[in-house]
Amino acid sequence: MAELEHEQIERNFAEINPPLSQAEAVFEANRCLYCFDAPCMHACPTHIDVPSFIKKIASGNLLGSARVIFDANPIGATCARVCPVEVLCEGACVEKTLMAKPIEIGRLQRYATDYAMNSGRKIYQAGAPNGKSVAVIGSGPAGLSCATFLARLGYAVTIFDKKPLPGGLDTYGMAEYKMTQAVSVKEAEQVADLGVVFRLDTEIISNAENQKPSAENQISFADLQTDFDAVFVGIGLGATNRLNLVDENLDGVIDALDFIERIKTRDWKSVPLGKTVAVIGAGNTAIDAVTQAKRLGAERVLMVYRRTERDISAYQYEYELAKKDGVEFVWQAAPIGILTDADGRISALQCEKTDGSLRLFEIPCDMIIKAIGQTKQTGFLQNIGIQFDEKGRVAVNELMQTSNPKIFAGGDCVNGGAEAVDAAQMGKHAAGGIHFVLSGEHAEFAGARIAPIEKIPAH
Amino acid sequence: MADLSVNFAGIKSPNPFWLASAPPTNMGSMVERAFDAGWGGAVWKTLGEPIVNVSSRLAALDNGATRMIGLNNIELITDRPLEVNLREMYECKKKYPHHAVIASLMVESKREAWHEIVKRTQDTGCDGFELNFGCPHGMSERGMGAAMGQVPEYTCMVTEWVKEVSNLPVIVKLTPNVTNILPPGLAAMRGGADAVSLIITINSVMGVDIDTMIPYPNVNGMAAHGGYCGTAVKPIALNMVSELARHDEFNIPISGIGGINNWRDAVEFLLLGAGNVQVCTAVMHYGYRIVEDMIDGLNNYLDEKGFASVNDIVGRSVNRVTDWGNLDLNYKVVARVNPENCIKCNLCYVACEDGAHQCFDFDANKFPVVDEHECVGCNLCALVCPSPGAISMVRLDDGSKPMNWREYSKNI
Repeated sequence: MAELEHEQIERNFAEINPPLSQAEAVFEANRCLYCFDAPCMHACPTHIDVPSFIKKIASGNLLGSARVIFDANPIGATCARVCPVEVLCEGACVEKTLMAKPIEIGRLQRYATDYAMNSGRKIYQAGAPNGKSVAVIGSGPAGLSCATFLARLGYAVTIFDKKPLPGGLDTYGMAEYKMTQAVSVKEAEQVADLGVVFRLDTEIISNAENQKPSAENQISFADLQTDFDAVFVGIGLGATNRLNLVDENLDGVIDALDFIERIKTRDWKSVPLGKTVAVIGAGNTAIDAVTQAKRLGAERVLMVYRRTERDISAYQYEYELAKKDGVEFVWQAAPIGILTDADGRISALQCEKTDGSLRLFEIPCDMIIKAIGQTKQTGFLQNIGIQFDEKGRVAVNELMQTSNPKIFAGGDCVNGGAEAVDAAQMGKHAAGGIHFVLSGEHAEFAGARIAPIEKIPAH
Repeated sequence: MADLSVNFAGIKSPNPFWLASAPPTNMGSMVERAFDAGWGGAVWKTLGEPIVNVSSRLAALDNGATRMIGLNNIELITDRPLEVNLREMYECKKKYPHHAVIASLMVESKREAWHEIVKRTQDTGCDGFELNFGCPHGMSERGMGAAMGQVPEYTCMVTEWVKEVSNLPVIVKLTPNVTNILPPGLAAMRGGADAVSLIITINSVMGVDIDTMIPYPNVNGMAAHGGYCGTAVKPIALNMVSELARHDEFNIPISGIGGINNWRDAVEFLLLGAGNVQVCTAVMHYGYRIVEDMIDGLNNYLDEKGFASVNDIVGRSVNRVTDWGNLDLNYKVVARVNPENCIKCNLCYVACEDGAHQCFDFDANKFPVVDEHECVGCNLCALVCPSPGAISMVRLDDGSKPMNWREYSKNI
């Protein structure tokens, strides 16, 4: 195949949403109406006081602006880049009804958080040590958020993550043109600055008899329960679902998350890539896969989905991006087999039409990316003895407490897979829950809830 | 097409838009370019004994992302030799015989000095004089400018001196740095002025650089108060213009100045009694070209309203300005929200709650609703509302006869 030049790939992976200049930020901030009980604040899952942080940009109080953001959302810099703002804050902006152009809240949030993180000034203050400790499993958005709020209350927090870098999917699962690893890693460093201990490259082994720690970097869950006053489980989801096809383990069949993770190294040539790539699935992860396959230089990229265009779970703006990138779409096609050539290499994806015709057809391709959702980590959950629902989601009460009163949970493993910002809010609630259970006190975290206003009906 | 030409105190110009005496009229080449752009007249940068200026000289007030809603300056009168200005004025007038060229003058408070400059200047063929009794900075410390305008007796006296030798209409430019504009205005009239112009700039300290802690504009670490002008001063100017225009004894033309950016601003001045208008700051911001829309917009406005000439609207709103005591206490308006246009920003709610009379509630769909029994009709909600048509002020007419405060106080 005609490979793309390194420089061309670099250009293809340039940030899709570049930072605002100072002039742009001030102009945009001044455009904000400063709504009272603003809809953007309600729409944000972490309820960042959006008008407040924007007005602080307008007044030139950038550190204060960043504090408003991070106070409600410890991964505010990540969210500024990867949040589906079109359906959250910006989707709710009244400017959208007034002049069809909402305030660029996401980019303003990035402007303020970039400033703060580059300023070297401390955003948070750790609380005076209260003598209690919490283990956090998983350094993704839920874990980082939970750890931050706990550390600010004086808890000794240790985060365990099996990956070498902190951040979870923020670090390993975001499309490279949206955000580089540096941002989420820096955000995790902010958490470390609060005194939170990160034990990376460390796997937590659940209590099943055949799973004793076998290596140096393994710790048993039972030890955590003994060593810490509470445990927060923010382990996300598991591996990509199987297609259940013969030959699914062929070279050239890859999980979308693996594909995306390998791109994060920015070692473009090391990423496996076919000439014609078929991506199975139509969610936001599938979009990240097709757009990045295209940007890496695949000649044809096809998104294969068993239902219709109307049924895709990807956000509309993500779908538009894929179309803009020249991706082709195959609707109502269910993969039923993988065909190979004489050398055993993938030559086509065999599909059946789901429009009732049951017509069989082949999509010639030499690479298949699976983006059909992730499994639940039910094995681990079962082993540590906490209850989950029929869909494999951890069951929690309003304190984010699991069936084991010492174990709390949040993020994808609880909601079944949502946005980073949703995980951040659950981490916040879990910190409040842990604090209440361990101290009997209610903590008032910014954006944990929106204070009701007497005369305004609740949303 | 309406007739835009005006005859202001005997000075004719093709339209009512003059450039005020300021940097845009610093020299002949500038005034000529301005005339080419469409300006009907120009008041030359004030002539007098040439001075030496400081650097820097200007500072501005921004509002959010909007630049320069106000400007202040500590520049003095012309720094060019008198004979150069006079020669250029002569040439300019010869080239543009139908445009108004006005000589702004300021010299020390001596009869001979005023006589001399008037005599020398009127030989240029200029159309009239404007006596600068207004500059609040620099020159006032030397007994000129506002130092004249703030003392009605001086205003009258110097006007008389000028009238003794002038063959041309004399406009007295008034300073707003007084508590009441009537005494200096009437004094100018008593001194024989053919017209007044107002306002010139307002005393101001524009701001402080909060990093260096040096106020603006910085002149080697120090600052001095300067003259404030631009959009932000328009309401002050409109008040002073209307105060003179509605005064029984005041009967000479007024040239309106202060924060005029476009034809709408100009129309407001004309309605409140100005016979023409002068513009400076907007030109300093955007250039001479802004006059094109001033002319075009005024023309369309007059056509739309059915007026044949700009003179037809001069003073039309003067009798709509009165003393507070004459206002009708029985007139009642209330705010009404139109949900169709409401964007639910709740600015009306918070403004009323914290800045007015707590009249807002919300309906089940979260649209703000006004409690008309509580609403005093203050307008605040409608003023803060960003969405056109979402809040209207509606009259509640209970049939009561008008009653003003004077009548009301007689009855109690």
